[in-house]
This record gives sequence, structure tokens and C-alpha cells, in this order.
Amino acid sequence: MLRFIVRRVLQLIPTLVGLSILLFVWLQRLPGGPEYALLPDDATDEQRASLRRSLGLDEPLTVQYLSFLRRIAQGDLGTSIASGRPVLEEFLTRFPATFELAVSAMVIAVAVGLPLGYLAARRRGTVLDFAAVGGSLVGICTPVFFLAFILKVVFAERLGLFPSAFRLSPGLDRTNLSGFAVLDGLRTGEWDVVADALAHLVLPGLALASIPLAVIVRMTRASVLEVLEEDYVRTADAKGLHRNTVRTRHVMRNAMLPVVTAIGLLTGSLFAGAVLTESVFAFPGIGSFIYSATQERDYPVLTGFILIIATVYVFINLLVDISYSLLDPRVRAQ
Amino acid sequence: MLRKSSRKPLALLAAATSLALVATACAESTREGGDGADSSEPFVFAAAGSISTLDPFLTSDGETYRYSRQVFETLLRHESGGSEIVGGLAEDWEQSEDGTEWTFHLRENVQFHDGDALNAEAVCANFDRWHNLTGGYQSSNNSYYWQSVFGGFAENEDEDIPDSRYVSCEAQDELTPVITITEYSSIFPGGFSLAAFGLMSPSTLEAIADQEITGEEGNYTLPEYSQVAGTVAGTGPFTVEEWDQDQDEVTLQRFEDYWGEPAGFETMLLRAIPDETARRQALEAGDIHGYDLVAPADVEPLEAAGFQVPTRDVFNVLYMAYQQEANEALADLEVRQALAHAVDRQRIVDTILPAGGEVATQFHPDTLDGWSPDVQTYDYDPDLAEEMLADAGQEDLTLEFCYPSDVTRPYMPAPRDIFDVISADLEAVGVTVEPVTYEWADYIPRTNSGECPLYLLGWTGDYNDAYNFIGTWFSGYNSEFGFRDEDLFEAMAEASGNPDDAERVAAYQELNNQIMDILPGLPISSSPPSIAFAENVNPPAVSPLTQENFSEASWK
Repeated sequence: MLRFIVRRVLQLIPTLVGLSILLFVWLQRLPGGPEYALLPDDATDEQRASLRRSLGLDEPLTVQYLSFLRRIAQGDLGTSIASGRPVLEEFLTRFPATFELAVSAMVIAVAVGLPLGYLAARRRGTVLDFAAVGGSLVGICTPVFFLAFILKVVFAERLGLFPSAFRLSPGLDRTNLSGFAVLDGLRTGEWDVVADALAHLVLPGLALASIPLAVIVRMTRASVLEVLEEDYVRTADAKGLHRNTVRTRHVMRNAMLPVVTAIGLLTGSLFAGAVLTESVFAFPGIGSFIYSATQERDYPVLTGFILIIATVYVFINLLVDISYSLLDPRVRAQ
Repeated sequence: MLRKSSRKPLALLAAATSLALVATACAESTREGGDGADSSEPFVFAAAGSISTLDPFLTSDGETYRYSRQVFETLLRHESGGSEIVGGLAEDWEQSEDGTEWTFHLRENVQFHDGDALNAEAVCANFDRWHNLTGGYQSSNNSYYWQSVFGGFAENEDEDIPDSRYVSCEAQDELTPVITITEYSSIFPGGFSLAAFGLMSPSTLEAIADQEITGEEGNYTLPEYSQVAGTVAGTGPFTVEEWDQDQDEVTLQRFEDYWGEPAGFETMLLRAIPDETARRQALEAGDIHGYDLVAPADVEPLEAAGFQVPTRDVFNVLYMAYQQEANEALADLEVRQALAHAVDRQRIVDTILPAGGEVATQFHPDTLDGWSPDVQTYDYDPDLAEEMLADAGQEDLTLEFCYPSDVTRPYMPAPRDIFDVISADLEAVGVTVEPVTYEWADYIPRTNSGECPLYLLGWTGDYNDAYNFIGTWFSGYNSEFGFRDEDLFEAMAEASGNPDDAERVAAYQELNNQIMDILPGLPISSSPPSIAFAENVNPPAVSPLTQENFSEASWK
């Protein structure tokens, strides 16, 4: 297992180098530059040229890339052009918000998607099945920004049940230990902070969960249906095993294999999906920051954030593979 | 058995729902506190972007200035709710005849937040610090307005930085600093009112003296004092208590020893909500008490729902530029005039702009001295336009027309809609329009470099002088317009360098006449940007320069 993990981590290096080259070329191809986003519209050509030079953007691409690699090797992801703060610091400041949002979305998707998918399979052809399949189709098809808008109008504006924006209520007094609002609140016993953070996670969490929820429902349903047809399930039923045992040990455990893979991939994709959700809910995470960085052509932030996200994505996949081997002894044996 | 076990997922779902509702109930009780009859309740205002630094000198970003204007004050400022320059920290001021010596008479008994007294030495310490900055501070990104107003530094480290226009600051007496510059420019006295030149206390300057912008070229890190609250102290009605970068939240606290009227709110919180619709929804949901840059289409619904949406006086202009080198037909004055007659600008004002918008007859709004009532006007007359195009031999004219795809600007609230109206008008007189759209970050370089024959752009003024508008575009050859007119350029330089106010204003009027005769572009409109507040807020006087003083606001 250890060798497997080390091999996967080593595979990360060429992946990141390749990705960084692609990013560098792509960013340079992007029209416009930070000198247009950062300086007022009436800045002179000299002021813009001076800014490009002071940012090192007048150097040839290869020189810029080698300088970037040298910094990376020293553990330095560079400095944001727009804020003047180190990119890693910017990432670590915003990561907890996005992590909490992604986790809450995935908790909603799994908590609702797995049982719903299972029930839809067990009651195939019933109203529940049609509702689950139809609902998941709607979930996949509905654009996140539209769903977010509807959720805000109904639950924030009309009913006033949840906040429409931010991660915590403005001015909320809290102890910031790690940046993770819910965890910090639990550790310090600030229950109002926990409640406030959870309330702020509900609507963006639901919006972000819509697609993974729909995918999990459909995959669970399809997978359970397939497993239910297997001989070993019929055999387990026939030999009089307790129904719950058949469901958990024989049906769900086997049906979970493709679903777990999907959950892993979907978790990674939540970071990308967060860009839109965070912008709509003014949620101060990495998604909304990437959105601003794109507008400002903040190359160091874009490069640094995408490389970190790619690394996180690879590690999530690694975790998926490890969990896969725990669920399926055949994988472990290999 | 089946029934029993099938309840498990439902039970889980019910538990999760209960937890969410409990959380909601607790959070709801927190949010109810924001109704704000009590002056100790924080006032929450949402801007379109985050602040970038606590030191306004280091930026040219409007969102940072919104915060800094509450904390730092300048020698001069614009009148509350207007665009006239009035005394700020200086009650009064005078200039020498040649406009190179500026004497300021400071207010008495003004204290900085840290207890330091405001005096002439404190003023000079600020100006001398700015003049002597080195290293990363000299990047145009970190000292944009200093370079625009005062030129360069004591020792320029980059050949592109202009020579310094600043000579010295001397304390004539305890409360009379005298600032000397090399030559007069019409940027004064307006330049002394720019938020970038908000004064910091002598103790602050001492504490930050060693804090440099670190790093190598292309990798500068801003100094700590500009990122963490606790060091900087100004004289404004609010002190800066905290900048929570996790939450994009700036906390301002009422300064009890403020020299003027104390702030109406004890605490003010500034939050960033970049999305226009999200800002409106946050106000409607009660999460914030005010926001800026209201979409014109939202003004009426918000007012109908009981919100207050005061409209600022206009201080901007939107124009359709003719780039004469990008399409040779546009070098013909008759064609430019024909296109001007083809566009129904009143329809744009009536159907797209918020109430208070007006057709622009020249390249700056009528709120500025120098606006001329005698300019050549170009009324909507499609028949005349068609005739003029035929006379010019351009019956089959085809023009590329650029507009930005992803932004709204205070002067251009709905670029696509404005483009659609103009485009339809031009098509109606026989011009074939080829639409071209770019993202904003791409749009500016392309229009600046002269790629677009026709395009929409505009400007919101920084200070009250016509040169801030017309001088920006027509003081020399400019690839945005692609024409040379040495008479115009010389007249512009002469007007800008004239320290006599009356003569300068008369010269600007003449220049406006001249510009509208040669018609380098068609001024479309001036649009009043709106700002929204909750029903229970007494809003501050709204400023045409978007320079609201939030200490004037309070709970009802």
C-alpha cells in the first residue's frame, strides 16, 4: 500500500510540471494584462509599460517560467499582483471557506443521494423511482446560478430562513484559530458561531450539491439495480440471511464501488463548481477569488491556485483509490 | 421488517433537517439584530470589490478609497454631495500667482486617531515621505496617483517615471504648511483632494518608516502595516479596527475625538459582494443595509419595496469614439457628423439609463466649469444622416463596432443594450455594423491601441476640473481616437497651464467648442449612478464623485 501511495505521489510531479507549462502558455495567450486591470483607464502608456516591467512581464516567457520554477522549488508560489500578498497566504486564507462549502455540499449530496438512489432501485417503477430519476435529471440540467437565484429568492428573501450572502454574519465576534469557522466554533464552544456558519452554508451548499446529488442518485440506483440481479444476492436471500445484512454487506457494499469513485471525482469537481456558487453567494472562498483574479489577469494567483487545486484533486483521487481497496478485497490483493 | 429499516434514511434526513433548522433559528436571531434602531448596531455596506490595502497611497482602486475616505482626510476635499473643492483638513488655502506655491491654513485642534496633533510638520512629513519613496513603492501600481499628480520621486529608479513636480513642503508656522511645485498644472488644487493623499499621523510614519515593499521585480509583497490594522492612524470620523481578510470585512469604529460632527454609526462594516444581483438580494434579505452601483433596472423595484435609492448628480460621460485610422471613412468629418445625426441618444437616455440621465452635448458633464452652451450639436435626424453619407460617397459604409461583454460601468450601465440601440440606428441609415465584443480586460488594450473603428467608452471624473476629462483624451495624439490636431493640442496645454481660474474656464469652453466642431467621437450621455440603503437608514449626502462620507449617515 505504501509503495502504491509513493508511486502516485511521484506521478504528481510530471503532472504538475506539464500543467504549469500549459498554464503559463495559456495565461500569456489571454488577451489583456494586469496593467490594464490594475491601473485606471486614463493611465499613460509609460505607466502601463513601467508596471509590466516592475512585474517582470516584459521578460521572455522562458525566463519568466524558469524564474517561476526556481521560486516553486523554494516553496514560494509568488505574490498576488492585485493584493501584494503571497499567493500561498491568499490560498490558505480562503481555502477553509471553500473546504467547508465543498464538504457541506458533499454531505448533502451523499446523505440525500445514497438513500434516495437505493430506495429508487428497491422500488423501481414506483412514483418514488420516477420522482428520483426525474428530479436528478432536473438537478443535472439546472444551471447552478439559476438554482442559486431561486434558492435565495425563496429561502432568504421571501421566507427569511437563511442568509443570502457571506460566510458568517457581518461583525460576528469569533475566535479564529484555523480559519475553519465550524471547527473553530466547536473547539471554542462558540455555538452561535457554529450555528451562524452552518446557516450560511445551507443555501450555497444546496446549490453546489445539486449536480453531485443528481449524479449520486442515478449512479446508486443503477448500481443497486445491477447488484440486486446478482446470483449472490439471491443466494444470500435464499439462505435466510437477515434482510439488513443482505442490504449492507452484499448489496450496498458492492454497489458502492462505482459510487465511491464518482464521489471522489465529484468532490474534486466541487472546487471548480465553487467558482460560480461562491460568486453568487458572496462566499469568500477560493472560487470567488479565482474569479476576481481572472478579471484582473493576476497570473501568479491563477497559476498558484490551479496548481494547488490540481494537487488536491490528485490526492482526493488517491484517497478514492485507497477507499476502493478497502471496499473491494480484490483490489487490495492486487 | 422492510418498513422498519426503510425509516433509517428518512430518520437521517429528518435529523439533518432539524439540525439545519436549529442552526437557522440561532442564526436568524443574530440577523434580527441588524434592524438597527440602536446606534450601536453595526451598519453593513456592500461594495463591488474588496479593499486592497489599508494605505490608500499604495493603490488607485476606488473600493479602497471608499474605506480610506472614512479614516484618512486630505488637505482639500469635495463639498458634501457636490463637486466643488472646499477645505478639508485645511480650512482655507491660497496659491501664488504663478501657481507653484500652495499655502494651506490648517484647522485647529485636529487630532489623529493615535492622539498626535495635526500641524504643518505632520503634513510635510507625509508629503516628504511620498516624495522620498524608493524601491517597490515606485512601481506605478503602488504610487499611481503620486506619479500622475506630482510626477516622480526624489530619486527615480525607472526611466519611465516622469521628473518630480514636487519641490518641497515647509512649515511656515504651526498650522501653515507651504507646498511648492515646479510648474502649475490644472490638476491643482484638485490633486490635493485625491484620497491617495490621505494624511497619516507622525507616529504612524515613524512606525512604518522601515517597512519596505519587499521582494524582487514581479514579486513584490506589500508591507505589513498596509495589511494588518493597528498601525495606521488618520484624522477621519472612523478608525480602522480590523481587516478580516478571511471574510473580506473591514470594521470601522467611530472616532470619539473627531474634530467635526461625530459619526452617526458606532460601527460600520464594509463587505465585498462583486455580483450586482447578489448585492440587491442581500439588501432585500436584510443581510446588509446599503450597497453601491445599483443596476438601473433595479432602482424602481427597490424603491417600490421601500428601500431608499438616492441618485447621484452626474459626473461622468459615455461616448462613442471614432478611431480615424482604423477606418479611413471616419477621417471624413462629414461621415462623423452623419453618424452623429443617425443616433437617437435621447432614446438611450429614456430607455436604458436610470432617471436623471441626460444626453451629453460635449465630452464632460455640465456640472463642471468649462462646459460650453455654444457647442455644435448633432440632433437625431436619420434623413439628414443618410443624405450626408450619400454626399460623402459612403452609402455602403461598413463599420466594426466594439463593446465590452462582461462589465457595467457607472457611465455605461448596460453596454449591450446601448450597443443594440446605436447599432439599429446606424443600420437604419444604411451603415452595415459588424459587432465585436471583448471582455473588459481585453477591451481596454484593444480600444487603447486603436483596433476598433467605433467603440463605447467613458470616464468618471477624479476631481473638479474639465482637464480631467478632455485633457485625458485630447492633449496630444492619442491612439484611442487616431487623429492629430496640433492647434487643439497646443490650446489644451495652454489652458491646463494657466493658473488663472477664470481664464482657464473660458479656455476650456472654447476648447469644448473646438472639440465638438472636429467631432473626434460622439458624446452619448451622462448617467447618474445610484446607491441603495435600507428603509431604517438616514443616508449620507450622495456624491457625484462617489465620495460619500458615511459619518453623515445614521439609523432612523
